[in-house]
Amino acid sequence: MTMQHITLTVNGEAREADVEPRLLLVHLLRDVFGLTGTHIGCDTSNCGACTVHVNGETAKSCTMLAVQANGAEIKTIEGMAAGAALHPLQQGFWDQHGLQCGFCTPGMIMQAAWLLGQNPDPSEEEIRMGISGNLCRCTGYVNIVKAIQQAAGELKASASAPVVAAATVEGQDVSAEPATAG
Amino acid sequence: MIPAPFDYVRPPDLDGALKILAEREGEAKLLSGGYSLLPLLKLRLAQPGLLVDLRDVAGLDGIVETDDELRIGARATHRRIHENPIITGRYPTVRDVAGGIGDPQVRNWGTIGGSCAHADPASDWPALLLAARATIVCRSGAGERSIPAREFFLDTFTTAITPTEVLVEIRIPRRGKGVGGGYTKLERRVGDFATAGVCAVLRLADDGRIAGAGVGVTGVAETPFAATDAEAALVGAMPSEETFRAAGAAAAAQSRPSADTRGPVDYKRAMVAELTVRSLRTAVERAMAWRG
Repeated sequence: MTMQHITLTVNGEAREADVEPRLLLVHLLRDVFGLTGTHIGCDTSNCGACTVHVNGETAKSCTMLAVQANGAEIKTIEGMAAGAALHPLQQGFWDQHGLQCGFCTPGMIMQAAWLLGQNPDPSEEEIRMGISGNLCRCTGYVNIVKAIQQAAGELKASASAPVVAAATVEGQDVSAEPATAG
Repeated sequence: MIPAPFDYVRPPDLDGALKILAEREGEAKLLSGGYSLLPLLKLRLAQPGLLVDLRDVAGLDGIVETDDELRIGARATHRRIHENPIITGRYPTVRDVAGGIGDPQVRNWGTIGGSCAHADPASDWPALLLAARATIVCRSGAGERSIPAREFFLDTFTTAITPTEVLVEIRIPRRGKGVGGGYTKLERRVGDFATAGVCAVLRLADDGRIAGAGVGVTGVAETPFAATDAEAALVGAMPSEETFRAAGAAAAAQSRPSADTRGPVDYKRAMVAELTVRSLRTAVERAMAWRG
């Protein structure tokens, strides 16, 4: 089979690789790039543990070929924290104990981040439907929902608060412009 | 699970894709969103020699309404269909079907054309296309061909598409005055394939009688099918619970479910009857409220 040369951006970094067309995106991320935060759970498109962002949309990376992601921008759980500052979703899962074994957590956080991008103020029902493609075998959904609710509140507050708060959350300097997105 | 090896190409346009299909007839398989095909490849139920990725082929994902049709491009994702203003404004049944497929990640990437070409016996779109008497447009190097939905779904994973054709568009008759639909499915959990699903589309005459009826059923036969006996029981009748029950019984009798982990045969037939009634209730409500 002909190897394919692919270039893509992963968590803001330009990456390239020569891959077999049958290589799955999740294996590219884990085995070639060493980004093992993305988990392989069911390997049958059900559980969502392997959820990552591809061009801003969540995808189950066990159900996408690496070659399909050629030219794409990928974001994984490793791209969520800004240095030592956890992303509000990571902080929410920490504070609310939104995990038991933790296996589903990276996928949950990536899906929740997408959900809050679509709908910054979701109801509990909308959160539950929003993560319906992500399974927690410990059935810890109550605290997962609480964690996402905490993060939603945090993100809303930082979007409407003065710049200093946004800078803390994002961990980057956005000094001059006042935030107006709220 | 690792798929068997294959070659991969990403043609820049439809002509390029058609040329490859002709050159590698029978060996090549089209890739759209991948949420139906990738699982098959991983289970090695399919082992094509070549995947032709349609990702770069522009112009296949439009959603437009003409004087007599709603036209949905084959590469429109379930999510884009679910959120499209034409659909949300005028086609609530299309919206319901799109929003109930799989889960959010599947809807982000899965496409209506890919789903129809895959033809899973329990998939959602065929029930709607059969009920609405939609047309499926396929293109090959020789030109374009319109296939009525009722002649399209032939068997499990088997359609009327030939190996050198690309499914390019779904055409649903434009919603006229007094037309309404409903789709109801039973699933064990969100994202599972339907145990059974029934789509009903009705046209009410000015005197309130049912002037036209379509009933599409999924999950309870080797392929989704039109419940023609149920349709015959509806046309000419006044909408009533009694009429709906008669149609439900006819749809159940026309089903050919197999017993599996989702339930025994008699249970599945009973569900088809009940889902038919519920979809018909919604269809009548929407038809009465729709002045066109």
